[in-house]
Amino acid sequence: MHLQPSQPLQRREFLKRSGLALGFLASPAGLLRVVDAHACGEEGDIDLNAWVHVSNSENTITVKCPTAEMGQGIYTLIPLLIAEELDADWRTIRVEQAPSDKAFINPDHFNVQGVGGSPVARGAQGYWRVVRLAGAQARAILIANAASVWGVATGECTTEPNNVVHAASGRKLSYMQVAKLDDVKLDAPLLTEKDLKPASQWRLLGKDVQRLDVPLKVNGAAKYGIDVQIPGMLYASILRSPVATLPHPLYGDGAENGPLKVDAAATMQIEGVVKVVELPHAVAVVGTDYWATVLGKRALKVEWKQGSLASQYDSEAKKREWAVIAADRSKQGRAIDNTGNFDAAFKSAAQTLSADYVTDHVHHACMEPFNATASMMHDDLELWAPTQGQTWAQQACAKVTGLTEDKIRVHTTFLGGGFGAKTEQLPNAEAAMLSKIMDKTVKVIWSREDDVKHGAYRPLTAQHMNAALSADGKVTGWSHRLVADSVLLRARKDVWDKNPGIDGAVAVGMTQPYGIPNRHHEYVHQLGGVPVGYWNAVGNGFTIFAVESFIDEIAAKLGKDPLQLRIDMLTDAQGRAVLELVRKMSDWNRKREATALGVGYNHGGRWNCQIAVVVEVSVDRVNGTIKVHNVWAAADPGTAIQPRHLRQQLETGIIWGMSSTLRERVTIKAGVVQQSNFSDYPVLRMDEIPAIHIELLQGALGQSSGAGQIGVAPMAPAIANAVQRLTGARVRAMPMLPKQVRMVIAEANAGPTAV
Amino acid sequence: MITLTLTVNGAQREVTAHPDTPLLWVLRENLKFTGTKYGCGIGQCGACTVHLDGKPTFSCLHAIKDVMGKSVVTIEGLSSNGSHPLQRAWVEEQTPQCGYCQPGQIMRAAGLLKETPKPTRAQIVDYMKTNICRCGSYNRIIAAIERAAKEA
Repeated sequence: MHLQPSQPLQRREFLKRSGLALGFLASPAGLLRVVDAHACGEEGDIDLNAWVHVSNSENTITVKCPTAEMGQGIYTLIPLLIAEELDADWRTIRVEQAPSDKAFINPDHFNVQGVGGSPVARGAQGYWRVVRLAGAQARAILIANAASVWGVATGECTTEPNNVVHAASGRKLSYMQVAKLDDVKLDAPLLTEKDLKPASQWRLLGKDVQRLDVPLKVNGAAKYGIDVQIPGMLYASILRSPVATLPHPLYGDGAENGPLKVDAAATMQIEGVVKVVELPHAVAVVGTDYWATVLGKRALKVEWKQGSLASQYDSEAKKREWAVIAADRSKQGRAIDNTGNFDAAFKSAAQTLSADYVTDHVHHACMEPFNATASMMHDDLELWAPTQGQTWAQQACAKVTGLTEDKIRVHTTFLGGGFGAKTEQLPNAEAAMLSKIMDKTVKVIWSREDDVKHGAYRPLTAQHMNAALSADGKVTGWSHRLVADSVLLRARKDVWDKNPGIDGAVAVGMTQPYGIPNRHHEYVHQLGGVPVGYWNAVGNGFTIFAVESFIDEIAAKLGKDPLQLRIDMLTDAQGRAVLELVRKMSDWNRKREATALGVGYNHGGRWNCQIAVVVEVSVDRVNGTIKVHNVWAAADPGTAIQPRHLRQQLETGIIWGMSSTLRERVTIKAGVVQQSNFSDYPVLRMDEIPAIHIELLQGALGQSSGAGQIGVAPMAPAIANAVQRLTGARVRAMPMLPKQVRMVIAEANAGPTAV
Repeated sequence: MITLTLTVNGAQREVTAHPDTPLLWVLRENLKFTGTKYGCGIGQCGACTVHLDGKPTFSCLHAIKDVMGKSVVTIEGLSSNGSHPLQRAWVEEQTPQCGYCQPGQIMRAAGLLKETPKPTRAQIVDYMKTNICRCGSYNRIIAAIERAAKEA
């Protein structure tokens, strides 16, 4: 199914569904219980379509949430969208995790059931149209059945919350009463977007409600993947190669870094260890007691295969090597949205400018490490997983067990952070393989050290920028060359193979809407061999660092105000609006003592959410520490379904942006990640959080967007720009560690050229 | 393995485990109090915070053999129905996002309010910086603690 904006939803998508759906049900009262869809056989309980279940006996309407709740608020957003069109009474709405099923695939996200790209964008935005149509269709079914009972035309009927109304005769039937009718007809007219409510009639969208999942998250009741308890299950702890190893199960098994020789004698002596299993990429210790498997893992003696591409990877060397490639135009990559003639513009320029930027790998460090629980019985596999990709989980488990995808049932738990990491499928595949071998339910728990040393790191990058400037101070030419490994090649190789060299998740963000007539953007792929993956805000995190830092470098060269220069150059009115707003919010023109302001802008691209941030920083010139005191952010998400929650999502992005700018860094030597835990991979803590001021514009009410990742990218350039305005030193590397800041300040003080 | 008795959330419970098993894993896997979370295993993140004899403690750092006879309270035992002032404040401020770290945050905050019923913002930050929230809900954790301190 691929839905075009004008195409009506097909009726088959809304077929009445039954069958076992084991899920967690969250209610505002804080109840958590396992839901068995067979229980829906009670009188007066009915599935109006795949998404909406009306229960007369419980006086509730349950909405199925297709994807995982990982903090992005989807358990509340999807029910709100449906309730709005259904004209439901919010107090009766419950949410339930949908099973893995084709009825719930996301037409805006690889045509799979899953969440990524942006927690909200590819959650609510992707489902934005589909679920509202589902709600409208359920409402039409209720109206049709009530009208039939009354013997009146459907056109004479309307609704008020949870009731069908026939105003002419003063009659009413509640939705629950309709559900109890003897023979509810589920046929409904095909609806299109024209049948949906205009924004002016929204009753629920745009007004803050309490999130349905929150009560479960303050008393320990919320169940994450790591919390799954299946009677009689075994545990597995897995010893992995020293070399970073995270094969994507669909495209490789990681055997190149796998075990060569295993001595399990000491392990098998430990009480509670049942078996040591050699996997292609690792060695699993399986036992009846979790800690026994940890002890068993420590006691294993394993020789590992040598010589893989990953084992030759050194991140410091790669930065230097790739920076040379970035500056060498003879090393060609793939061009992206080029316009005009950059070479001609450069030749005729009054002056030119160039700069090189590098960024290190960063890691997700979700609070919940990877884990999965699988139970394979005969030709059927059940998976309990904190996964961002139900369909991908089915594919991965099918691949490693030999089952067909339709035999894999995925029970999605809450996610203790996702941020792109939990699109990865290796943990699910490990649980599936081990369950098949052990013929029992197996729960795989990754240690924090495994999670840090075998992550899906944001690619390391080198970027080379050039600008051509005219005599009257205009930017006439722009070139941006990006060198990095590809996430797509590793995680979605089938897509890469169709168009090798293009990776939208890496090169995204290079094309911001500055009205520069001659532009050249080029992505040069280099294969590194270590696992790279989808990290919060994907490529924007490094491309916008380069773009928005370089805009400030141009402003400095032209002697212009950097914020005003952006407004002057932007072709996008909403972009100018968020910049104007943040200028006002931050009192941009007021000179500060001992601090300075810096600006960063993110057009938002396919996330459809504009943001401009201004940060206020100070720098300790002796030790090189950057402190962020204030962040002002102006964003235009189009529609803010839940304004308060949207601000929280922006704040998360801002804090991620700060954390990755100031300290997060994965370094790799001979393929071995040098960090292991929060002790050497520090993330921001409470005492480092600035005051954050957020204002929202809703320039295009009715448009959907994703705000979850949008705040990440503008933070690094805003901080670098502020540091430059304060000290005169330009930081062109991420993270901006104190040692490096000290160095660029010393260089700026020594001479006119910053490095 | 050894068999021993612990007091968890007011009741005596018998468990059989390797003597060096961290309290965290006994709570989670033997006793099924899964509200206490594993985050780092080395006392760096605070997700495993419980009260040990009334004091907020990283349960990942205490071997089960050393906590025999002591009293443990987990998030499940903080109140019978989520009505502790901190839990109510956490809902009111809509503090959690993914929520994974929040039981540890709440148990830590409960320790703070026991020691300092009306903490200043600086006291809150200083006490709470042991606990990581990767969703960055820090400002709302502070707001919830301030609310609970005011309403308690």
